[in-house]
Amino acid sequence: MKLTLTLAGALALVSGVAQAQTEISMWYHGAGNEEEAAILKGAIEDFNASQSDWTVVMQSFPQIAYNDSVVAGALGGSLPDILDVDGPVMPNWAWSGYLQPLGLDEAQVAAFLPSTVGRWDGQIYSVGLWDAAVAMMTRKSTLEKYGIRIPTLDQPWTGDEFDEVLATLKASGDFDYPLDVGMAWTGEWYPYAFSPFLQSFGGDIVDRDGYQSADGVLNGDAGIAFGEWWQALFANDMTPGTGQDPASRDTGFLDGKYAITWNGNWTAATVLDAFGDDVLFLPAPDFGHGPKIGAGSWQFGIAATSEHPDGARAFIEHLMQDRYITAFSDTLGLVPATATAAAASKHYGPDGDMAVFYDLSEQQALIRPVSPGYVVMAKVFEKAVADIANGADVIDSLDAAADEIDADIQKNDGYGH
Amino acid sequence: MAAINPANHGLRRLSRYLVLSVVAVVFLFPIVFMIVSSLKPDHQLLADTGSLRAFLPVGDISLDNYRAAFQRAPIGRFVFNSVLVTVITVSLSLLLCSLAAFAFTYLHWFGRGLLFSVVLATLIIPFETIAIPLLLIVSKLPWIGVEGVTYGWLDSYRVQIIPWIADALTVFLFVQYFKDLPRELIEAARVEGATWWQVYTRVVMPLSGPVIATAAILKTLKMYNEQYIWPLITVQSESYRPVMVGLQYFFQLQIAWGEVMAYLTLITVPVLAFYLALQRAFIASIASTGVKG
Repeated sequence: MKLTLTLAGALALVSGVAQAQTEISMWYHGAGNEEEAAILKGAIEDFNASQSDWTVVMQSFPQIAYNDSVVAGALGGSLPDILDVDGPVMPNWAWSGYLQPLGLDEAQVAAFLPSTVGRWDGQIYSVGLWDAAVAMMTRKSTLEKYGIRIPTLDQPWTGDEFDEVLATLKASGDFDYPLDVGMAWTGEWYPYAFSPFLQSFGGDIVDRDGYQSADGVLNGDAGIAFGEWWQALFANDMTPGTGQDPASRDTGFLDGKYAITWNGNWTAATVLDAFGDDVLFLPAPDFGHGPKIGAGSWQFGIAATSEHPDGARAFIEHLMQDRYITAFSDTLGLVPATATAAAASKHYGPDGDMAVFYDLSEQQALIRPVSPGYVVMAKVFEKAVADIANGADVIDSLDAAADEIDADIQKNDGYGH
Repeated sequence: MAAINPANHGLRRLSRYLVLSVVAVVFLFPIVFMIVSSLKPDHQLLADTGSLRAFLPVGDISLDNYRAAFQRAPIGRFVFNSVLVTVITVSLSLLLCSLAAFAFTYLHWFGRGLLFSVVLATLIIPFETIAIPLLLIVSKLPWIGVEGVTYGWLDSYRVQIIPWIADALTVFLFVQYFKDLPRELIEAARVEGATWWQVYTRVVMPLSGPVIATAAILKTLKMYNEQYIWPLITVQSESYRPVMVGLQYFFQLQIAWGEVMAYLTLITVPVLAFYLALQRAFIASIASTGVKG
């Protein structure tokens, strides 16, 4: 009898604990990225200790494999409660039924950079703690040596001026290439980093008015002007082509092989370590329709199949605190999602060495097309710019790309726009 | 009859060894490069790639990449998972595929030829075409374990093992080998009153060492080196992840090449040891069956 009571008591205790701590599962894309994971793990520990309703348990995936794992998880019915999602992919996952609306008030995201809030169909589906920004990285001493004007946010290089800069640097013979746009980084880098050039020319990957066609914007006059300029970069050996090896991309600028590198804020710390005060992070050139850079990084959302959206939302709200935003920024050099977190951060404060990236995000960022079809558009655009770089006919390549994007949109009944 | 000139004989032998040595060095280059690079810091590794220094342990040599690699990923866990999955799968595969091959070779039953053709036809179907249907199936299959009956095999060892046990190539290898065994041995055993099971266990399998080694090596390489897509879509927990998915931990935006080389060196050790242990039987089997790896 005593044993029975003891067992019953133990079971009641275990049952009580289980009820008090409902597990919230979370998938995260950064396996192998120790610094980023450490901050996230710290935030999870804080959250789990701060209340008794929920326990967040995180599974990390390698970034390269993450999206495939999520799609497979959705097919197999094994998605977790919380997913992190790359900004431009979010509309696809929402449209596919992988995500549910976050249920956050507008007031909760009012202080966040627009590019860090994922919206689809008029609702907020994801929120990010940081953004990424791209800049023309070079050395002050290099520009001064060749008498090149240092551009500012208000007065970036014009397209013609930029071409002259490249010609001057090439004529010097001091560099293997005057510019490195990073052709070795295949994949999402291509639409993220190169479509802003197209947009600055006045074109786009798709017509954002309804997202129903690429015809006329990708292969219109502006698109063709972009394509010809783009092809000339490679034909005139201004930048390494698709055969660039990843190692050269990583170290070419540091080794002095390239005078300017079109690169992201995540490499800024390395560049600053190498060149210190001599480093310049410059805005994108203006090809006629304003300087543009890409935007939208990793964000957090709630899976549609989550049985505990309240717990998932509570954790995401916990993450949205400035202290975590600042921690990610300080450790990884990421652009903080809020001005207050930026002001408190090491790199983005008033005298921060990367503060210009926050300004770039705020003033020049254009998020990639907010459409479920973006995942296809990105692949098509990647192929088109690679083909053009390799000498394919500009008009034919852009026409083919526009046709392929339009066919995909039609096949998917307009993607619910 | 001309006498053999010892000088000519020695010269021929020397030139043969020279050629073989050159071929051996060419084949060893990638492994030497991997091991040597795993000892160098990234900047030196990249700087050396354009010269012979890439194959020499010179400059700033250390085990730092190994330390960093162990910090970045649970390498021991990944290797353990891959070895466990590989050993169980290969063992069960050798048993089941050899049994199937035995039935195809020696037993007479209706539809044998047709079914063997169907099995062989599966060789031409790329795995990618059946990956999603297979995923949908295994995500709903029942399993009886300590928790009673559960549904769904995802995120487990069994999902990495069971679908890979039977494969057409292994069956084919055994069938080809069994066909070349002297029929008289089988018939003598049967006349002596041996059951088919006894023929399989006491006559056929003891004579099948070379094909067992070949099938084991090919299957091991496939399970250890090539298992990427399937575990990628079916395994979510780090605790079940195999080495090839683990490799992706090292491909961050800025790749730490030295750590990649250290990881590759570490995960190559088990498979290299396995191959060296079985290489004599493997070569003998290739010589006798004409199979090309």
